[in-house]
Amino acid sequence: MHGLVNRSIQCFVTDTYGVDVWARIAASAGLPDGGFEAVLTYDDALTDRTLDAASRALDKCPREMLEDLGTYLASNPTVEAVRRLLRFSGTTYVEFLLSLEDLRGRARLALPDLDMPDLEVCQDTPGSFVLTARWVRPDVGHVLVGVLRAMADDYGALVLLEHEGETDGAARIRISLLDTDFAMGRDFSLAGAAA
Amino acid sequence: MSGGASLSRMSDGRVIGLSGSALSTLMPLHIWIGADGLIAHVGSTLARILPGTGLERRPLFDAVVVLRPAPLCDLADLSALQGQRIKLRLSDLADQTFTAMVVAQADGSLLLNLSFGASIADAVARYDLTLRDFAPTELTAELLFLKEAKSATLQESRALNLRLDGAKRRAQELSLTDTLTGLRNRRAMDGELGALTRDGPASRFGLMHVDLDHFKAVNDTFGHAAGDHVLLVVAEVLQSETRKDDVVCRVGGDEFVLVMKDCDDLKLLDAIARRIIARLEQPIVHEGEICRISASIGTTVSSFYNAPVADQMLSDADAATYQSKAAGRAQHTLFDPETRQSAALH
Repeated sequence: MHGLVNRSIQCFVTDTYGVDVWARIAASAGLPDGGFEAVLTYDDALTDRTLDAASRALDKCPREMLEDLGTYLASNPTVEAVRRLLRFSGTTYVEFLLSLEDLRGRARLALPDLDMPDLEVCQDTPGSFVLTARWVRPDVGHVLVGVLRAMADDYGALVLLEHEGETDGAARIRISLLDTDFAMGRDFSLAGAAA
Repeated sequence: MSGGASLSRMSDGRVIGLSGSALSTLMPLHIWIGADGLIAHVGSTLARILPGTGLERRPLFDAVVVLRPAPLCDLADLSALQGQRIKLRLSDLADQTFTAMVVAQADGSLLLNLSFGASIADAVARYDLTLRDFAPTELTAELLFLKEAKSATLQESRALNLRLDGAKRRAQELSLTDTLTGLRNRRAMDGELGALTRDGPASRFGLMHVDLDHFKAVNDTFGHAAGDHVLLVVAEVLQSETRKDDVVCRVGGDEFVLVMKDCDDLKLLDAIARRIIARLEQPIVHEGEICRISASIGTTVSSFYNAPVADQMLSDADAATYQSKAAGRAQHTLFDPETRQSAALH
């Protein structure tokens, strides 16, 4: 697994629960000293062990923890880069949803060895979309639910998200738009804060 | 904004007409110039970033300064550049250079399309541009995405390199240090002597071999903890009797080598050796027990040799130390290059 994925889990735990909790998880999962490096690649089994250990240490079911991880990725200031890269996709929440399909290609442009989930977004009725995510870990669907929820806040949209389960290694998420202009979204400048 | 239309002739002779707003949608940074040389229409993004009243109805070469391939101010010359890469700037935005291309049309009008080129990221910040300012077919979003993703990864990479570099330095330091005393070890000594002798006769230095006397008795009588304590005191003495740049190494259980840089003054070295012996003979107290040691020292200097070789110098200093031991210990012997034997100075 790419170090960025493992590193995200590490940052999520340390930023949310503190370094001591992470140290406990790292010890019980038998992780390398100093934790994960974003620019290295690790054995997939290490990611499994980390998530298992984290789920136990945080006393959360994996599903709930992965959703929290997704919310963290799209909203925490220490990983603002992720939110910015997601906002690059569109000026409205619907544009953002529709351009999620480009995410894998864009990530590949920047990091050719980063394998991101293969995302497909279909509009089935007006205001209702289905996101299908295929990846080595189908449980990425729960992370995406967290990301989609945080990004809805970011755009000021009111949405209903339902994880409809995993079939043939693909997770299905239904996104129902209740109000695209529900609240003031967060500011976003294409140029970035310190450009 | 004028609602004029631009005409372009297709290969089979048909032409398509595009309204000004259609042109803006496709090319938000275009300038359409009528056959009269006056600007007829300006793309929406360009209009937005320009200060003042805008460009329409102004003579082209009043508003646009062509820089490359060569300065020009004639419509026919400009239209001859069709399909080529043009560099230009606008009189109203003097510090912004654009990459441009021109297409001449049948009715004598010209269509000039502009791009920010490599200054895209700066331009986005300077003019506060959003995704709406670019046509979705342009790669602007991809480019900015790439730029941010790259700089974020580069930052991670740099942080990792710093951590690795720190770890490497610590490992190097450890590999050259004697764990008990914190002095340099044999590996460090080999490195130092290697570097000094590589310089040939140019580098002048003294090499002192210090062998503790009665250390085994301390170990046997009072135990290893007392022995370790004595070694720590010895290390302290050796360091305080040498300068910062000299190298003090523990090369065996109770053997030390001192490399005195830029010093081959025999009298001075002898004085230092005697001072070391005198200080080491001070009783060392460990947990109420009094430990007594001394030292036998042998010295050689680089100027004794035409081309100093580390192994030879070590073995000569060692021979001089043996001489000190044989002569009753607790003394300093200088290696004698004439007889290739060691001579006691006293």
